[in-house]
Amino acid sequence: MIITLTVNGRRTELDLDPRTTLLDALRHHLALTGTKKGCDHGQCGACTLLVNGRRINSCLALAASHDGDEITTIEGLGKPEAMSDLQAAFVQHDGYQCGYCTPGQIMSAEAMLAEVAEGWPSYVTRALDDDPTLTDEEMAERMSGNLCRCSAYPRIRQAIGAVRDARASRTEAAE
Amino acid sequence: MDGQPQSKDFSVKFTMDEAQPRVLDRMAQGLLGTAMDRPEGRMKVTGTAPYAAEYRREGLVHGMLVRSTITRGRVTGIDTEKVQSMDGVIAVMTGGPLVRNPAQGTAHEAPAQSLPEVFYVGQPVALVVAESFEQARHAAQALTVTYDRADGADVDPATASDTETPEDDVLSQGDIDTAMKEAAFAVDTRYTTPPHSSAAMEPHASVASWTDGRLELHGSYQMLRHNVAELADALGVDEADVRIHSPYVGGGFGAKLGIAPEAVAAAHAARELGRPVSVVLTRPQVFEMTMRRSETTQRLRLGSDAEGRLTALGHEDWVSNLPGEAFAEPTAQGTHFLYGGDNRYFAQTLARVHRPCAGSVRAPGEAVGMIALECAMDELAEATGIDPIDLRLRNLPETHPENGLPYSERGLGDCLRDGAAKFGWDTRKPAGTRLEGDWWVGMGVASAVRVNALMNSTARVTLNPDGTALCETDMTDIGTGSYAILTQIVGEMLGLDASQIEVRLGDSDLPKSSGSGGSWGAQSCGSAVFLAAQGIRKALAEKLGVAADDLTLKDGTVTSGNVQHGFADLIDSPLTCEGTLNPGDTADAFSIAGYGAHFAEVGVHRDTGEVRVRRMLGVFSIGRVLNEKTASSQCHGGMIWGIGSALTEEIMHDPSDGRIVNHNLAEYHLPVSLDVPDLDVVLLEDTRDDEANPIQAKGIGELGIAGAAGAIGNAIYNACGVRVRDFPATPDKIFPHLPETD
Ligand code: FES
Ligand code: FES
Repeated sequence: MIITLTVNGRRTELDLDPRTTLLDALRHHLALTGTKKGCDHGQCGACTLLVNGRRINSCLALAASHDGDEITTIEGLGKPEAMSDLQAAFVQHDGYQCGYCTPGQIMSAEAMLAEVAEGWPSYVTRALDDDPTLTDEEMAERMSGNLCRCSAYPRIRQAIGAVRDARASRTEAAE
Repeated sequence: MDGQPQSKDFSVKFTMDEAQPRVLDRMAQGLLGTAMDRPEGRMKVTGTAPYAAEYRREGLVHGMLVRSTITRGRVTGIDTEKVQSMDGVIAVMTGGPLVRNPAQGTAHEAPAQSLPEVFYVGQPVALVVAESFEQARHAAQALTVTYDRADGADVDPATASDTETPEDDVLSQGDIDTAMKEAAFAVDTRYTTPPHSSAAMEPHASVASWTDGRLELHGSYQMLRHNVAELADALGVDEADVRIHSPYVGGGFGAKLGIAPEAVAAAHAARELGRPVSVVLTRPQVFEMTMRRSETTQRLRLGSDAEGRLTALGHEDWVSNLPGEAFAEPTAQGTHFLYGGDNRYFAQTLARVHRPCAGSVRAPGEAVGMIALECAMDELAEATGIDPIDLRLRNLPETHPENGLPYSERGLGDCLRDGAAKFGWDTRKPAGTRLEGDWWVGMGVASAVRVNALMNSTARVTLNPDGTALCETDMTDIGTGSYAILTQIVGEMLGLDASQIEVRLGDSDLPKSSGSGGSWGAQSCGSAVFLAAQGIRKALAEKLGVAADDLTLKDGTVTSGNVQHGFADLIDSPLTCEGTLNPGDTADAFSIAGYGAHFAEVGVHRDTGEVRVRRMLGVFSIGRVLNEKTASSQCHGGMIWGIGSALTEEIMHDPSDGRIVNHNLAEYHLPVSLDVPDLDVVLLEDTRDDEANPIQAKGIGELGIAGAAGAIGNAIYNACGVRVRDFPATPDKIFPHLPETD
């Protein structure tokens, strides 16, 4: 079947087996292997990417159900010679070890920061109508869908925290 | 030759026979030991680092393994015809070289090739190859396999009929029974730990292709020199005809030590079909077809005098594995030399069971043995009324309690003392007395110990006249930081900035290293790189007619006396040296290990028994720290594995057929971010182990897990007075025993 995806700003038409997941469409058909497969069951978060700005597990999504959607993958955030702020923070804080869960962590973090900015509460948010503050505990809860067997969690949170602070002071300076 | 090494291809061989001078301390670059970012980090965070499954070859086809659904018996038929007619299906293969389970670490030969015989549920029995992944998966699911089932196969180690208690592993020193009877305080206790899975985030994957009779395989492996031999043996070809690439490995933890079923299947199919074949294990297959850590039952006997000095120490354990497998979890490995006690007894019983293969999982031995030992020590502390830290300090022997060998650097006492001060150990309350809100709060401590081994390793370093350098070895980086630390060793020795150095790893055609595993990679391969760089320094010194010690190499210049030279003044072509390290006499003359201490504070919910780790501190003594950042990340990893094994991780086997019931990441509970508090790691400063190797460094990848779960178990006891002896410490094992509160 023919579907159209806009991946990292580029429109592509793909002729796919209807069984193909969004994850495999990227990895097998578009040579975009930055998005990882850790389980293919929606249980690890390695395949996290953005669909129309929201994070999803792309292994649980059939490509066919995303016809016409805007997809952002790790390759769309930055390049080795021009990393995004989150990517650079992961390097600086050693927010990884083997690197396999890392693209998923970074994509997840990117979406998570947006969710907090929009005031979404989480399981550990004290009051539902308060604007959540992104404490370490909030980050931990909101990132718990992304497993890291190397167990870089403390430094993943440090990296995200550094970006949270840097973005906040940029916003303040702009105001 | 006029005494000068030629500008190319000379080599240095070294055997570790005696304590070595601290050459690296005299270098000037100041790169080694720093918290340098990983040089490959940019690739990892941008998704451009290629992992095994991501290699694309012209004409690539996809293979999917099919798993056995019976425990024991024979495959009698495979209904190839039905699936052959499905879209895209190219072939169905069974038997032949397909392997039963992975090779054990460093096996250097093919694992069992047992088909049509089946030994466990989940064993690979066939491979379906199709044009696309979706087609292969569908056909594999549709394939009908018929079996001749053998009934009554043992799946439970507790009742298995076939058990072995090797005499060689029994150690009986003095008379433990009498010593236990006469002891002022005695603890005779039993602990159990469940099977664990490595669960590396990257599933095992291999992409194989043959060109002119030579196999090229992109795989995810830890020890290429052994993997080449294992794969060649499985396929019946010469080692020279096998090349493996593993530049990036998405986590290993032992699961990728030995060649696994997917590599053999991919290589076999690619040879048969004349096309490149990719085989990637599904997550359930990773659980079933690769290694699990054996469950253990452990009996600890500790007897002491009135002052808490051990007079008796016994550690017996019961583990399991498949028939024919040589590996048995070395449960009591650390117990042999950690604490004293004249009367000692050790024995191990291995049960043969039809469960998935048991093998090395991060820190085989200490990872589970130290849970039982350190909790038993806590029980003894409770019995004697002596502070747990004090009790441990009183029992550090002068020399190895069994063979009398001296210890090389052993920072355990400092780790315990420094850690206690940093953690606020003096605020710890008696068990079951600190209730804060709904939570019982307590602290626990445990020693950490991990044996240290050095392995034969070769590496090649090339210095170019333009002041750049290349370091090459078949070593792997499984997240441990090999790219970083080898860069730093070269930079430190040759006076180069990290940006001038390229480290090439993970290609079996490069000089053969120890590989990654057993915490020996950094020190073994790092020493080989050090030796090669030292050879280059010598060659430069000889060109200047001075001793190597009189050279200062820094920021791309060579200074001797008061004269500065650029490399281009000294060499007009690349200078290459190969360094080879061999373990030697120090390994037999000293007891060499990494040490540390874990401190944990937990909350136990007073109604549900849920345990939350509130904070954790690890203090470690590992000789020279090669990179402060990657070393402490390794410690974090180990400590968090400790949280997993203390609280959540457990492979569950179906008691009727031995299969792994929870073979996925939703039901095998790895720690997630919310389970992990901010961790504190301290690496003791200025430690050096001169007997370990010429770079005075020891392994760190496994030390962090050893004892960590014990500290948590002890903290649970201190919090609420419930002693959990059956890990993991899930709420059901705690809440029935909680003290009444109002
Ligand atoms: S691969 Fe999608 S959640 Fe694991
Ligand atoms: S960095 Fe290896 S799994 Fe997260």
